Amino acid sequence: MSRQIIDCRRLLCPMPVIRVQNAIELLPDGSLVEAICTDPGALNDIPAWSRINGHRVVETQTVDGEYIVVVEVVRDGKS
Amino acid sequence: MSEQRKAAVLISGGLDSLLAARVMLEQGIHVEGINFFTGFCVEGHTHAIRKRDQKKDKRNNALWVAEQLGIKLHIVDIVEEYKQVLINPKHGYGANLNPCLDCKVFMVRKAHEWIQAKGFDFIVTGEVIGQRPMSQRKDTMPIVSGESGAEDLLLRPLCAKNLPETLPERAGWVDRTRLYGFSGRSRKPQMALAASLGIEDYAQPAGGCCFLTDESYAIKLKDLWRARGNREYEMDDIMLLKVGRHLRPASHFKIIIAREEGEANFMQGYRKLYPHLKTVSHGGPFALIDGDIGDQDVELIARLVARYSQGRNADEVELQFTDLAGDTRILKVHPMQAHEIPKEWLI
Repeated sequence: MSRQIIDCRRLLCPMPVIRVQNAIELLPDGSLVEAICTDPGALNDIPAWSRINGHRVVETQTVDGEYIVVVEVVRDGKS
Repeated sequence: MSEQRKAAVLISGGLDSLLAARVMLEQGIHVEGINFFTGFCVEGHTHAIRKRDQKKDKRNNALWVAEQLGIKLHIVDIVEEYKQVLINPKHGYGANLNPCLDCKVFMVRKAHEWIQAKGFDFIVTGEVIGQRPMSQRKDTMPIVSGESGAEDLLLRPLCAKNLPETLPERAGWVDRTRLYGFSGRSRKPQMALAASLGIEDYAQPAGGCCFLTDESYAIKLKDLWRARGNREYEMDDIMLLKVGRHLRPASHFKIIIAREEGEANFMQGYRKLYPHLKTVSHGGPFALIDGDIGDQDVELIARLVARYSQGRNADEVELQFTDLAGDTRILKVHPMQAHEIPKEWLI
């Protein structure tokens, strides 16, 4: 399973969401995208975007002031 | 069974676009949302920066609206392309640096490109005639549909009955009799429609959704352009205009002084891109210097920053200055007194 890391440090929402969205657009089902953010808003916005677009958040954590959100790409034929 | 038609709705996160999307869903249209990010959107930004705001609800209203409606939302980064809209607005600015009509034309044009690329049938906005003084008037509605290239593929469900029929109406994709004829600045018709649809929670408008409508922000942006001798900007520039106290003691540099801890933390992220100062001997703010400074400027800057520290009444304040190369040195200065700071310095 591929895992793509996206550096979203210093970016304010919705830019981290846009980076995740654009990365996911190019990835196959089951891929993982890990966003490393400094805007705490990403902890709300990336999961919200994932829910409405049918992808799955598999991990969120806060480490040393950085917020990490891992999203699994779900392709159900509708995306 | 007739083919289900597909509409892309411009979702701002406010009530009007929420209602426009919901009205389309009620008519059996497949709806997906588009939200454009210009770099000047108020959404989210300052919540993330100022510590006092960090306890506030951080929801992104466009995402929240999409989730309530059960539709997909595509957030489109138009930061680079938007520069030309802001720098050269064909229809001019509103009260500040807000090029509202050009902005609307541009967004509908991008939406038109998007529906062509994605195989959607038409575009929907939450515009209401008379709602906004510049971009939502009866005489500007045809400008938006015409100059964007969308023409009669642009449907405004909340005021459609006041406008000529569009293709979705003529073709029977949507039922015109179930659209609305709202006009004017009153929000009551929208609130009544929301209530009738069982929508109770929605974002309340609070000074618009764009920093370009904000007077103090516009003054700072004009100052930036004037100081640089051109009207270019980068993402970092427009982000930093949203934080701190900005002072320009000379045309070739300005100082951005954090007003509180949240801003200081945010500004620390720029410390490798700008010379900066922090107070050492007393509690005090973090400050970035934007411009090409010489050694002769540093003492004045340090005295000014010391003025905003807890040592403002001390004989001497110690600060650490770091230049662009990352070299640091300690400065000991007498804080500037209030009468030594001309009002013109404060941007």
